[in-house]
This record gives sequence, structure tokens and C-alpha cells, in this order.
Amino acid sequence: MDSDEVTPEESGKAMTRRQFGSVAAAAAAGFLLTACGPRRLREMPKDRLRRALADLEREYSTKYGTKVTVSGAGPMPGVVFAYALDLSRCIGCRRCVYACVAENNQSRDPQIQWIRVLQMDKDKGVDFTHADPYYQPAEVPEEGHFYVPVSCQQCRNAPCAKTCPTGATWIEPDGIVAIDYDWCIGCRCCMAACPYGARHFNWGEPSIPKGDLNPHMHILGNRPRPKGVVEKCTFCIQRTRAGRYPACVEVCPVGARKFGNLLDPDSEIRYIIEHKRVLVLKEELNTMPKFFYFYAT
Amino acid sequence: MDTVRRFTRFVAGSLRLVLNGPKTYWTWLIFLLALIVSGAMAYASQFTSGLIVTSMRDQVSWGFYIGNFTFLVGVAAAAVVLVIPAYVYNWKPIREIVIYGELLAVSAIIMCMLFVLVDIGRPDRLWHLIPPLGTLNFPRSILAWDMIVLNLYFVVNLAVVTHILYRAFHGRPYAKRLVVPLVLLSIPMAVGIHTVTAFLYNGLASRPYWNSSILAPQFLASAFCSGPAILLIVLQLLRRFTRFELQEQAIWKIAELMAYAMFLNLFLHGAEAFKEYYSATEHLLYTRYWYSGLGEHRTLVPYAWSAVALNITAFALFIVPAARRNPLALNLGCLATYAGCYIEKGMGLIIPGLTPDTLGEIYEYVPSMTELRVAAGVFALGFLVFTLMLKVAVPITLGEFQGETAEEYGHDRIAAPRAAASGTSWRPASG
Repeated sequence: MDSDEVTPEESGKAMTRRQFGSVAAAAAAGFLLTACGPRRLREMPKDRLRRALADLEREYSTKYGTKVTVSGAGPMPGVVFAYALDLSRCIGCRRCVYACVAENNQSRDPQIQWIRVLQMDKDKGVDFTHADPYYQPAEVPEEGHFYVPVSCQQCRNAPCAKTCPTGATWIEPDGIVAIDYDWCIGCRCCMAACPYGARHFNWGEPSIPKGDLNPHMHILGNRPRPKGVVEKCTFCIQRTRAGRYPACVEVCPVGARKFGNLLDPDSEIRYIIEHKRVLVLKEELNTMPKFFYFYAT
Repeated sequence: MDTVRRFTRFVAGSLRLVLNGPKTYWTWLIFLLALIVSGAMAYASQFTSGLIVTSMRDQVSWGFYIGNFTFLVGVAAAAVVLVIPAYVYNWKPIREIVIYGELLAVSAIIMCMLFVLVDIGRPDRLWHLIPPLGTLNFPRSILAWDMIVLNLYFVVNLAVVTHILYRAFHGRPYAKRLVVPLVLLSIPMAVGIHTVTAFLYNGLASRPYWNSSILAPQFLASAFCSGPAILLIVLQLLRRFTRFELQEQAIWKIAELMAYAMFLNLFLHGAEAFKEYYSATEHLLYTRYWYSGLGEHRTLVPYAWSAVALNITAFALFIVPAARRNPLALNLGCLATYAGCYIEKGMGLIIPGLTPDTLGEIYEYVPSMTELRVAAGVFALGFLVFTLMLKVAVPITLGEFQGETAEEYGHDRIAAPRAAASGTSWRPASG
């Protein structure tokens, strides 16, 4: 080991000014790349996240001409979100679809909708082959039909997170399957992998009229998305991490939508799971959704 | 400095070769360049407007680009059909053409990469896949595996052909200790790239059409038909337009191997069709969409049956020894194989896998003009690379194009200039 030691005098001789310059430049570049270079949100240190949030707020405020806040709120300890939807109550009015579009700043043109309401035949049961997402009667519900709204099922064993080659989508500790819009490369593996058609791609430049923007945003949620990336339901992360209900739960006129903390034994969601007839979609695929369907009556 | 000088001479000589050619050569190049320009213009509009200019939508989120990618991975893997008998069984007539198989593999991988590039929504973020700057979700994501194996396969093949050609140019035998292990490595790798590409679809439980364990073997079988089909046609063209000599036995042997591969391909398709139709579960929908259509949605049906007819024709032509020895029947068989496998992968793999979508909706996907132009451009670029590489490689292997430095290695040379003309100058050092 002795031979490796270099006295200050020798190192001074060995390193010319030019060499020092290149070493310093390399070190600086290395530092810049690791400290300031682009990074996944998931791995971003707190102080950098704060700066990123401030930058986004400025950017969106200027672009849409209104005061925008972008939250970076993390998961609450002891909370895992779950959802339950009462199939016997849903009337297929699609109010949830439009409330979701408004709340989550989905592109109006081209149109993106995170919730898809399927009209099904009562004599066939839950059968996707005969489902109709484009039903347009004068009045709902229609005789002989029932309705199954489908959005992200927030799987515990999420095929989308498994297939993503860059790790741009993952499961947060509170159970929300999140997407980093700045890290997604738009390969659409996750869309092929998702058994619920829950993931939507920005095929064109998304557009939201200035007045229609919801200015209360979350960095993993409803902030405007760029072209060429995938998006989906986040359980209204900007609301639920602040202790509010998702927009679809609030707007549902028949109270078919229930939301709560799976870890809280006194929550409504736990009551439903323990006392009602509950099902999950495509159970055989073992995706283990945290979105349950039930029949209350 | 000597190496640098030799290398510049190699590059300058290659450039001279590439820039000189008969009229047919230039017509071909101009044709390819026109397709490339058209493809680049189509891609420019896709880049600015987004993938909305394609026919892909949320329901059918992969289409023509990914179908072509899959087909070309098969073509790249097929070089192995030639490598196995050449190196493992030391079958000489095929050994002399292995290098062209590897050049084809290199060009095919370039096209594969380009098809992935044109398909992704954010090509500007491709570096997110490359550690340490990016993050590769390895080993969970199969696309991550695919990126790794495709790049490795590309490097291995490129290294082998560059080394052999560079040494042959200087009249030196290639280093057996380097080439043989790499070539032997490329055999499992070729199987590997196509298996991993099959697993990309195979692993998705959401798509029953792909979620069948027969998919990877079937990919390999069809690849081992379509890759050699291209090569056989290219080699015959070379024989016609250059002094390149090709023994008939080599052609017949390759055609025979293709017949076995095609049999396997048809058998595996049949096995899959039996399972689907006999058990007739709800998963039959996708197979039905391909072969008979669903209600009024019948866009793919003509493609399905032409692929079946072409594949059966090719099998019949290649399995009968008299037929595969007839040049006309042989070339018809090659074209039928190529077309059959291309339709099967380009149209019959991705689209029925995604139609109907996971919630039962049928969106009838047909590639848009932009997609066709971009795809044609990618193919043209691949063929341009292949043409230019052949333009340099053929004269080198024929011993027509050698650096003056060759004399320095006089004692090492295993072939006299005249013998070199019969394509033996790039034989290994020993022996």
C-alpha cells in the first residue's frame, strides 16, 4: 500500500494545471449529472422536488393565466386506499366520467377519459364481449341493462409496473399506481399489459381550454401531461392525499361509489368488503385490484 | 501509426467501392434513397403532431411498427440457420456464405432498433433506458431484456464481420481464437433474441392470444424460414451480378432446412388453432378475428388466409427435392415464405392480439399512410446499409479488393491471389 501514497509535494509536481483543469471539469460534470441532471420523481431528493414543484407552478400559471398550485404530498402513513362500486346502484349516467375529466385536466381534444362506463345485458352478467361503451339512449338506466364503470383498478400485483422498461410507473406506499410523466418514454408496454384498458396514451398534443383548467394539482396526478406519454386514474391523488374524496365519489348522484382506507377497520370500505357480496374484475389474472365491485341490494 | 494508416486505406478503399458501380446499382440506391426521404418526411410529421397521425389508438396501442419489429428480429436471428451447419458440422459449402448471413443480421437489427424508435412516443427520452443516466427496469421488464440482448447480438455480429473483412482486406487470415467463440456464442444469442421478443408478448396475461406457451417456439420456427428466404434470393443475385460463386448444394441444403422449419411453423399454428377452436373458450375471439372475422369486422381475414396459403405453398415447394432444385420453384418458394411469414408477423400477431381490446371493444386497425411510408423508409434504410456492406464485403471475400499491405503478411497468407478469387481468402489462420 505504501507505493500508492503520494506526498503533497509529489502530487503537486505530477498534476499540471491542465490536468487539474480536466479533472475538475470531469468532477463538476459528474456532480452536475448526479445532482442536477434529470431524475425520476421517485428518487428525487426533497429539496430538488420542492424546486421542481415551484418551477411547474410558475410554468403552468404563465401558460394558463391563472394561479396554479402543484402539490408534492407524499403518502400518509397507515393508509392504503381502496375503492368500491355498487353495481346494483349505478345508473350509467356518466357524471363520474365528466367530473373526472374536469378534475384531472384530461385533454378535451383529442378526448381522453379515465373512466369508461360499460353497458351490459342483465341476462349475460359481467361479460366484456357483449359490453357497449357507446350507449346513447335518451334516458338511463335502460330496461334489461346494468352498468359497469371501469377505470384503473390500482392493482397490488400491477402488470403495468412490471412491464415498464424505465420504471416510470410504480405502486406508491398508499397503493396508488403512479406515473412519472417526465420519465415515461411512451413505449406503451403498460397499455398492452393492462387487463382493464385503464391506461391512456397522449396520441396528440393534449389541450385544455384556459378557463377549464383545475389549478389544484399534484405532481403525480392532474398536472397537464405532455404529448407522447401514458396517463390514468390516480384515485384523485391531489384530493385523497389531502383527506378529500375523489371527484367521482362526490359527484355520483346515487351514492354508488365508496372510497376509504383499507387499513382502517372502521372504514366504510372495510364494512363493504366484510358484509357485502364483493367481486373484482378478471380475478383469474391475479392482479389483486384495490377496486372492488359489490351488490348492496 | 501503422494501424491508423492501414485503417484509413481500408476506409478509403471501401468508399471508392461504394461510390463506383454499374447503372443498376445506382438505380437501386436512388430508389432506396427516395423511399428513405419519403419515410423521413412522414416521420417528421409524426414527430411534430404525435402518434395521432398513425391509426393506433388506446384500443390497439401497438400496430404495424411493432409487427415489423418482431418480423425483423426473426430475420436477424435466422443467420444462425447458416451458422449451425457451418461451424458445428463443418459443412463447407454453407461456411462460405455465413458472413452474408451475419451482414443481414446486422442490417436487420438496425431496422429493429429503428422500428422501436419510430414507435415510441418520446424518442427524445430514449436515454432514460440507458444506465447510469437512465434506469433500466431489469430484470422485471421484458423490454429491458430485449434491449440488452438485441444490442449484444448486434455488437457480436458486427465485430465478427468487421474483423473477418478487415483481416481479409489486408490479406491476413482471421483470428480463429476470436471468431469461433463469438460465432458459437451467436447461436444461443440468436435463439435468445427471438425468444425474449416472444416473451415480450407472451408474458402479458391480459392478452390471451399471446399468452400461450407455444408463442416462442412458433416465433423461432417462422424466423428460420423467413430469414434464409431473403438470404437465398440475395445470394442468387450476387452470383448473377458478381464473380461470387455459390455451390448448388448449399442452396439446396438451406432450402431443405427451411422446409423443416416451415413444417414446424405450420404444425405449431395448427396445434394452437386446435386448442383454441376445440376448447372454444371466450379466448377464441382473437383467433376468430384473425381467421374468420367477428361479425362485420373482417379486415384481417384475407391476410390470414393468404398467409396460410403462402406458407403451405412454400412448404410443398421446399420439401420435394426435385422442386427445390428447380430455380424457378425455389425462388417462388422463397417469395412465398417471405410473404407468408411477413403477413403472419406484421398483421397476424400484433393486431389480433389487441382486437377486441381488454374491455371487449372492436377497433379495426389498418395502418395509416404515415405508418406505411415510415415503415418503407426504415426498410429502405436497412436495405441501403445491407447493400453498401455487401458492396464492400463481396470483393473482399473474392480477393478482388485488398490493401497493398497484404504483401507484408505474405508468409501468413493461406491463399494465393488466384485461389482467393474463389472466395477462400478469409479462411481461418490454422489448417
